[in-house]
Amino acid sequence: MSVEALSRGNWLARGFGALGLGRANLNLRLGAAIIVGWALIAVFAPWIAPYDPITHNLADKLQGPSLLHPLGTDNFGRDILSRVIYGARIDLQMGVLGVLFPFLIGTTLGAIAGYAGGWVDILLMRILDVVLAFPFLVLMLAIIAILQPGLTSFYIALALVGWVSYARLVRAQVLVLKTSDFVTAARSLGFGRFRILFRHILPNCIAGSIVFSMSDVVLVVLAGSSISYLGLGVQPPTAEWGVMIAEGQNFITTAWWITTFPGLAIVLMAFGFSLLADGLAERFGLRQP
Amino acid sequence: MHRYAFILTRPLQLIPVLFGISVLCFFLVKSIPGDPVRLLLGTKSTPEAVARIRAQYGLDEPLLTQYIYFLKNLSAGEMGHSLLYKMPVLPLIAERVVPTLMLVVGSVLLTLLIAVPLASLAALKRGTATDHAIRGFTTAGLGFPAFWLGIMLIIVFSVKLGLFPVAGFGESWLSKLHHMVLPCLTVALALSAIVTRNLRASMIAELASDHATAARAKGLPESWVFRRHVLPNSLIPTINLLAINVGWLIGGSVVVETVFSLPGMGQLLVRAIFTRDYMVVQGVTLVFACATVVLNFVADLLTVAADPRVKI
Repeated sequence: MSVEALSRGNWLARGFGALGLGRANLNLRLGAAIIVGWALIAVFAPWIAPYDPITHNLADKLQGPSLLHPLGTDNFGRDILSRVIYGARIDLQMGVLGVLFPFLIGTTLGAIAGYAGGWVDILLMRILDVVLAFPFLVLMLAIIAILQPGLTSFYIALALVGWVSYARLVRAQVLVLKTSDFVTAARSLGFGRFRILFRHILPNCIAGSIVFSMSDVVLVVLAGSSISYLGLGVQPPTAEWGVMIAEGQNFITTAWWITTFPGLAIVLMAFGFSLLADGLAERFGLRQP
Repeated sequence: MHRYAFILTRPLQLIPVLFGISVLCFFLVKSIPGDPVRLLLGTKSTPEAVARIRAQYGLDEPLLTQYIYFLKNLSAGEMGHSLLYKMPVLPLIAERVVPTLMLVVGSVLLTLLIAVPLASLAALKRGTATDHAIRGFTTAGLGFPAFWLGIMLIIVFSVKLGLFPVAGFGESWLSKLHHMVLPCLTVALALSAIVTRNLRASMIAELASDHATAARAKGLPESWVFRRHVLPNSLIPTINLLAINVGWLIGGSVVVETVFSLPGMGQLLVRAIFTRDYMVVQGVTLVFACATVVLNFVADLLTVAADPRVKI
């Protein structure tokens, strides 16, 4: 453990560090706090939300922010605050699951390609070039067009398109580590190829992918809400932030609150993940502050 | 080898990618669930009619033969017919190019207009409150959903202030430009977050570089050093950054076109998905992918032109 890390053991010192000195930690802590906050909101949504997010209540429609409805109501009289709270469930799930599948597929394929080399590697790199040639969102939309619009299609499309970044990242690292001494040592001990790759090499190059996955969550949440906004992702009446913004767009002249608050929720969640990514990158020493 | 030799060799390297793009687009339409002929003729079609259409479109041939037909048609500019618009896909896309092109070019120009002053300010006043504020913008800006930002701009500048039209695309060029301001600003605000961040970093590196120190040692004023030595050098990586983000830019324009009801290729794509107009989906996807490849090539060209040291 480094001297710096030891000095972090003290909570008081940590607090002071967060205030002025340790910028890296500030990013990490603030980011983590925001994301934990959203996670708690998502888990406890039924207890926190003051109203039901789906049930219509036409008597209260299009009301501005008030004590009764802190963020106002939409054209069906649904409480915006409650819908934003329930929306955290969907959007957080989109961000986490949406990154998980590409992460697993990309890491596995990239590791195998980098370690195996030869035609496996060449083939994978060619496929990768082709997928990368497409604009990310356009290819996703094209895949969703063939499947049915919906959340499942979103995950499938994301897994098919998103794995390339992880594969490229891991492959490059595996190529470097493959020739290192500890791998030679493991090989000389007679370990199998899969054991060397997944137990020795992969754990050493996963940090970069994890940091990248945090900044990727931002892109995935934005992509997910954009696709839902277009009407091709999460379907109404489900409370999802992109859907809410789409529904509120017809009322921007009279009821600005319907579109404004879900958008702020997206911004805050994305900001949390961005900070988390920056903080993790600095902690792992992958990026200079 | 001449440093511009890649203009001749690079397109050869692009052939596998273009080939891959065509294969992917071909299988995109092939993997539509259900029978495409029944889709075309409706459910009440007779088996004879189905067989006739099948033969007419070569759907009874092996997959490889079908793909060769597809390539042949493609090289003749034939991308099939739109079911909704009842016209060939290529002219349909051509009609929609102008708004998308204006949006992409305008956004990039506006991005530079925002990012260069902000990055310069942050780099020159490094560590101050100004720097922190600008860095805060770059961190937060990454997470701004373009569609929401667009609507917020509409609320403020169109609904409240009445400065710009709410949506649509004008008739005259002046009116078109007027309609493009808010869409371009929407994309530019998001993109400038990324660009400012990188530009600031490369400016800080250039400010500390030997050639800047040498220029200062000659007695040149700091403003001259910055404008003539630091700025041009730090803009070169930005060209590359913009090239990397071309795909993102096009994706963003798809969404922003929908927000502002701009009759561009992105809106065409989204409508085609809703109406299951698969040939249009295929055509637009193909054109967007080729545009990305070409723009990346252009970015390489610009980088080499801007920096004699670069070899590709």
